[in-house]
Amino acid sequence: MSEIKMNIPEKEKNGTTKNGEDMSAINDFVNKEYAYGWVTPIEEEPFPFGLNEDIIRKISEKKEEPEWMTEWRLKAYRTWTQMQEPHWAFIKYKTPDFQAIRYYAAPKMKKKSNSIEEVEPEILKTFEKLGIPLEEQKRLVGIAVDAVFDSVSVATTHQEILGKFGIIFCSMSEAIRNYPELVQRYLGSVVPPSDNFYASLNSAVFSDGSFVYVPKGVKCPMDLSTYFRINSAQTGQFERTLIIADEGAEVSYLEGCTAPIRDENQLHAAVVELVAHKNATIRYSTVQNWYAGDEEGRGGIFNFVTKRGKCVGDNSRISWTQVETGSAITWKYPSCILQGDNSTGEFYSVALTRNKQQADTGTKMIHIGKNTRSTIISKTISAGMSQNTYRGMVRVMPKAENARNYTQCDSLLIGNRCGAHTFPHLDIRNSSASVEHEATTSKINEEQLFYCRARGIRPENAISLVVNGFCKEVFEHLPMEFAVEATRLLSVSLEGSVG
Amino acid sequence: MSLLEVKNLKASIEGQTILKGIHLTINPGEVHAIMGPNGSGKSTLAQILAGNENYEVSSDSEILLRGENIISMPPEERTRKGIFIAFQYPVEIPGLSNTEFLHTAVNEIRNARGLEPIDIWDFEKQLKGKMKEIGLDPSFSERSVNEGFSGGEKKRNEIVQMAVLEPILSILDETDSGLDIDALKSVAEGVNRMRSPQRSFIVITHYQRLLNYIRPDFVHVLYKGRIVRSGGFELALELEQKGYDWLKTEEETETSSVGAIS
Repeated sequence: MSEIKMNIPEKEKNGTTKNGEDMSAINDFVNKEYAYGWVTPIEEEPFPFGLNEDIIRKISEKKEEPEWMTEWRLKAYRTWTQMQEPHWAFIKYKTPDFQAIRYYAAPKMKKKSNSIEEVEPEILKTFEKLGIPLEEQKRLVGIAVDAVFDSVSVATTHQEILGKFGIIFCSMSEAIRNYPELVQRYLGSVVPPSDNFYASLNSAVFSDGSFVYVPKGVKCPMDLSTYFRINSAQTGQFERTLIIADEGAEVSYLEGCTAPIRDENQLHAAVVELVAHKNATIRYSTVQNWYAGDEEGRGGIFNFVTKRGKCVGDNSRISWTQVETGSAITWKYPSCILQGDNSTGEFYSVALTRNKQQADTGTKMIHIGKNTRSTIISKTISAGMSQNTYRGMVRVMPKAENARNYTQCDSLLIGNRCGAHTFPHLDIRNSSASVEHEATTSKINEEQLFYCRARGIRPENAISLVVNGFCKEVFEHLPMEFAVEATRLLSVSLEGSVG
Repeated sequence: MSLLEVKNLKASIEGQTILKGIHLTINPGEVHAIMGPNGSGKSTLAQILAGNENYEVSSDSEILLRGENIISMPPEERTRKGIFIAFQYPVEIPGLSNTEFLHTAVNEIRNARGLEPIDIWDFEKQLKGKMKEIGLDPSFSERSVNEGFSGGEKKRNEIVQMAVLEPILSILDETDSGLDIDALKSVAEGVNRMRSPQRSFIVITHYQRLLNYIRPDFVHVLYKGRIVRSGGFELALELEQKGYDWLKTEEETETSSVGAIS
């Protein structure tokens, strides 16, 4: 059982700097406390530390998985043991000791819960506190939620309504048991188990996550979402999400995440795969707010994630929108493989780092089909002593006639101890391609802040208005509720910036 | 009580002294014009009154707003107390709409004065009304603050903001620069509409032209960080005729004669 522990950061006092400007507002902006840092006091059944084939068999057994799934995991594990951890990203950290992590932790349940009424009250309380009530009468309207607590999905709402449309929305564990043909056909079809070090690790040990299948011609009547909560200490979270939109289907999916404040780093290595068939559209939005560590860089989540979508069919479309404010280290590149002719890939990203956070994030757009189009809008905001990197790749394959890409990377620096970096990579193998890249780097402008203050606006609000303005092109692509949440989150994360 | 009293205001930036002891008293309802050649310190005075913290202000300087010394008050608090500056070079804030910006401002000011916040839809209606009055298309309420505005549109937008915030003391810093005659007239009309026995204005300008439309009660000539002449509207006319060169010659004569004596 864990106790509630809060690190209250000592507020930087310094008032004036070389120009005599009042920087305290900017400091406050950067040193805002993390609001989701509490721990739920619940008994868990954690696995022993470390990783070997027995652990993997135990995970599989725990989840009552069929033999093929166990074998799939073991094969991934054997691949992983042959792999080296990659170090090309612009981040510095101590490689996690993979034998010092628990690979599974689930809240102890009296019995397996089949309905929300049977979920442990402490867990329901946890999600309610996070703003995601799960009980029937309190549920969010117009949005179905899969709630994942450590290694298990504890509840999925609105399943009946979705069922009427033939939409499957359930936890990955359920999908493996109930829809084995779909899982076998699509799992690993976009991110193969041998794809990269952390994807292989995930393939071996993934615990839970969400599964979505939208049948032919169905436009999903509500947004689907998964909320990931890490609670247990020294436990890695390895979720796996698979979303399939069949021909002409449309779905909008949202992902949110938080974790308690802890002094040690915790590993989060997820894999998300999206498959869009002919004329299908998938919109995937993330507001990532894992615990980021304190101002000394202690603790926080290592967020090493592989997210990739495949536009398999003609005229299909995949759109990633992400707002990244949390994690000690973020290392992720939501990507699109544009295989179908006329398919479209989009990536809209806001990444905010402060204190000693490090982010190396961006996207890959792989143009294979004819007339494929991709748009990349990346906004990075660095404050404190953080390092924020955009890394992107646009590849146009020889048969991708008339491919088009537009990339825009804007960096905003708050203070003078942080860094922003841009590494665009273009690999164009067809001369009919049109590829545009624009990049800007600017410091938060004292004149803009003074202008706002001269209109009566508090410095913290002035920063937040300027930063939100900077991010507007990305926020416009978020679903309404998420846009509100993102704006709020940015203001909170930014309170006390610049030094 | 006078609305604003500036006493012995001395200020410098990066070690360079700009203001060398300004004295100025403004009573409610008065319009004061401050004229002077480039580099005389007009904009510095405006920035310091608005609370720009980049200037070092000497410790014996005083700025009294209704008797309260505001010299170390942050800009947002001065605004909440009723000071407004129309900037010479309004900055652009990409992605932030005029409505959102001013709505935030108005509500922060209202909050500081213990008033209920105003709803954004009601506010937008008001804002569009003010825009029409000042000759700015109401669609500018949705545009990002000053982004891509022409020089004239930026200046009109400043006057719109003034009309919305309803200050008791407005400082117009070279609002006339870069305006064509039509824009100048509508800006002046906007100002004149707001004139009242309680509300005062400081109009900073190079040229007498603007003062034909906003008739000042007093004209001050700022030169090398000091107010060297004060008078009525006729002083502005004199300056328009003679230019600023006579100030220079006068000062040079003074210094040279002083030099001769010592």
